[in-house]
Amino acid sequence: MTTSETMARASAKSSGHTYAPKDGLLLQVADLHVEFHTPDGIARAINGVNFDLYEGQTLAILGESGSGKSVTAQAIMGILDMPPAVIPHGQIRYCGEDLLTMDPEQRRRTRGPEISMVFQDALSSLNPVFPVGWQIAEMFRVHRGMNKSDALERAVKLMQRVQIPAAKERVKAYPHQFSGGMRQRIMIAMAIALDPAVLIADEPTTALDVTVQAQIMALLQELQEERQMGLILITHDLGVVADVADKIAVMYAGRIVERADVFDLYRKPAHPYTKGLLESIPRLDQKGQQLAAIGGLPPNLMRIPNGCAFNPRCKYAQDVCREDRPALLEVVPGRESACHFAEEVLNG
Amino acid sequence: MAEAILTATDLVKYYPIKGGVLRRTVGNVKAVDGVSFELLKGETLGIVGESGCGKSTLGRLLMRLEEPTSGSVVFDGVDMYAQKGRAMRRLRRDIQIVFQDPYTSLNPRKTVGDIVGEPFDIHPDVVPKKGRRKAVQDLLDLVGLNPEHINRYPHQFSGGQRQRIGIARGIALNPKVLICDEPVSALDVSVQAQVVNLMEKLQDELGLSYIFIAHDLSVVRHISDRVGVMYLGKMAELGEEDEIYGRPTHPYTQALLSAVPVPDPTLRDKREQIVLKGDVPSPANPPSGCRFHTRCWKAQDKCKTDIPLLEPRPDGVAEHLSACHFAAPREIIETIDLTEIDPKAQTAGA
Repeated sequence: MTTSETMARASAKSSGHTYAPKDGLLLQVADLHVEFHTPDGIARAINGVNFDLYEGQTLAILGESGSGKSVTAQAIMGILDMPPAVIPHGQIRYCGEDLLTMDPEQRRRTRGPEISMVFQDALSSLNPVFPVGWQIAEMFRVHRGMNKSDALERAVKLMQRVQIPAAKERVKAYPHQFSGGMRQRIMIAMAIALDPAVLIADEPTTALDVTVQAQIMALLQELQEERQMGLILITHDLGVVADVADKIAVMYAGRIVERADVFDLYRKPAHPYTKGLLESIPRLDQKGQQLAAIGGLPPNLMRIPNGCAFNPRCKYAQDVCREDRPALLEVVPGRESACHFAEEVLNG
Repeated sequence: MAEAILTATDLVKYYPIKGGVLRRTVGNVKAVDGVSFELLKGETLGIVGESGCGKSTLGRLLMRLEEPTSGSVVFDGVDMYAQKGRAMRRLRRDIQIVFQDPYTSLNPRKTVGDIVGEPFDIHPDVVPKKGRRKAVQDLLDLVGLNPEHINRYPHQFSGGQRQRIGIARGIALNPKVLICDEPVSALDVSVQAQVVNLMEKLQDELGLSYIFIAHDLSVVRHISDRVGVMYLGKMAELGEEDEIYGRPTHPYTQALLSAVPVPDPTLRDKREQIVLKGDVPSPANPPSGCRFHTRCWKAQDKCKTDIPLLEPRPDGVAEHLSACHFAAPREIIETIDLTEIDPKAQTAGA
């Protein structure tokens, strides 16, 4: 791994990165907890999340609304509103440095050049009163201290890179003059402007039509390969995940309930929730039959059930599931599941 | 073959664009531009298409929430747009709608009992006043909600439960046709399946005909008997579900189907994906001729000038309606046979 290390350091130097990953390990999230203190009580959005992200890897975080997938992303980016959010435990180490204990100015400097993010809703993430080129160029002005005209030139290059037609003319256009897909391309241009090592894409295509979604996912993949970024893809779409991810972490009620290689997970899920999700997708051979829906509802984060949070909706639930919270443990090499009956689920 | 309960002929809806000092009409947004189809008794007709294709406007036209610019809808032998007053009100009982967003389509100040019971206030002869509470509770029970929650407010329910309330309201008057405008798009995957199951159950029990408008192609495939594909206000292709999904002949349908990510990583590099260039053009200024020609890889000069009709295009295997001059089947999705694919050759091709 020494060659990759030196290469990483070399690339870190040339691209102006302050940090260099060791053995390709970019990001380590360890025992992360996030709570929201509200007048009605404490909502436990994240309850102990662990994962690693390597260079060139695509990690998909899959979950339904309220599962904590977006809060995880916001915690990594350091854009949670605190208060009401509180991070009582946990570490987020970027190239070995804990982002959570870093001083704010130092951390601010990581946002953009080291870790950046693409949001779901491009229209509300872009500033409506400034031209898009100005907004992309801002990255270079603020972080690289470039002058206006150089920065704008770089913005045009980036717009061309994300395949915006007639970039030179459109650099002065405002966000409302672009379609949804084009706006998302602009968001991506901003996110990759400073050549970050980690890109977090939070539901990047959820607001888009399928034909445009295909374009955007292709672009993201291309950019990732070109720059060997670590990509965290946050989504609820099982189809998108199957197309692009290397590893999957499935979240439920603020915890990772299953983590595996994408091929293994789709072939044989090892957690009843993952299994339920996969079964609830309409399939060809089920035409005219009932879909295998997961009964019940995701839990209220203020009142997460005792034991396994999934137990009220689970077919496999026994007494032990109502009392003991299962840890995320290895079932077979390379596969982890947080279920007391993981082996049974995996084998049948 | 079952008889048609609803026949739409050449439906057109233009929204004027006003401009200048005098607010004159300077153009039209051609939301729906000449759509014809039949809905058969007891069937589910799926309408798919991307945003801006006019599918929601079509739903609103069928409800007569919008007056059409031209065209007609015949419902059960009655010309819908010719009806007035009492007769129209009577007709509305038979066509009801379920909206996409269960968060905004329910009045937050009303209880569930009021929301589901409101159709009975408007059509008082359906259920006598005394029996209303009971009728509402029966409806809640039918859609899988606890009848005791009749006095709760919408915010006390989850998204899936709210959509059930919307469905209960939709079926309160025992309609013949239920128009479902993206009924499950706002829901999580695990809850989506529950609502789809409920809708299928209700169709069996109540003999409803559905117009199921959605952009999620796999859900539409699951629930529909026939499917219509819309692009920029026009129907591009219309036929039996297995024809549209198995042997689509319109390039847009083919591109749309190929763009849908398949939840199976082993097909990742084996699927041939048609990635369309650009975005859907503006319906205010749609392309001439075939509206898809600006993004179509098969387009010829003819496509720029002649509008292709939606007609049977018997070209070998496929016989359903398709609006393409060069309609031809192109086997996708179903033809993938894992045993025959040489991964290396496929990856090189893709």
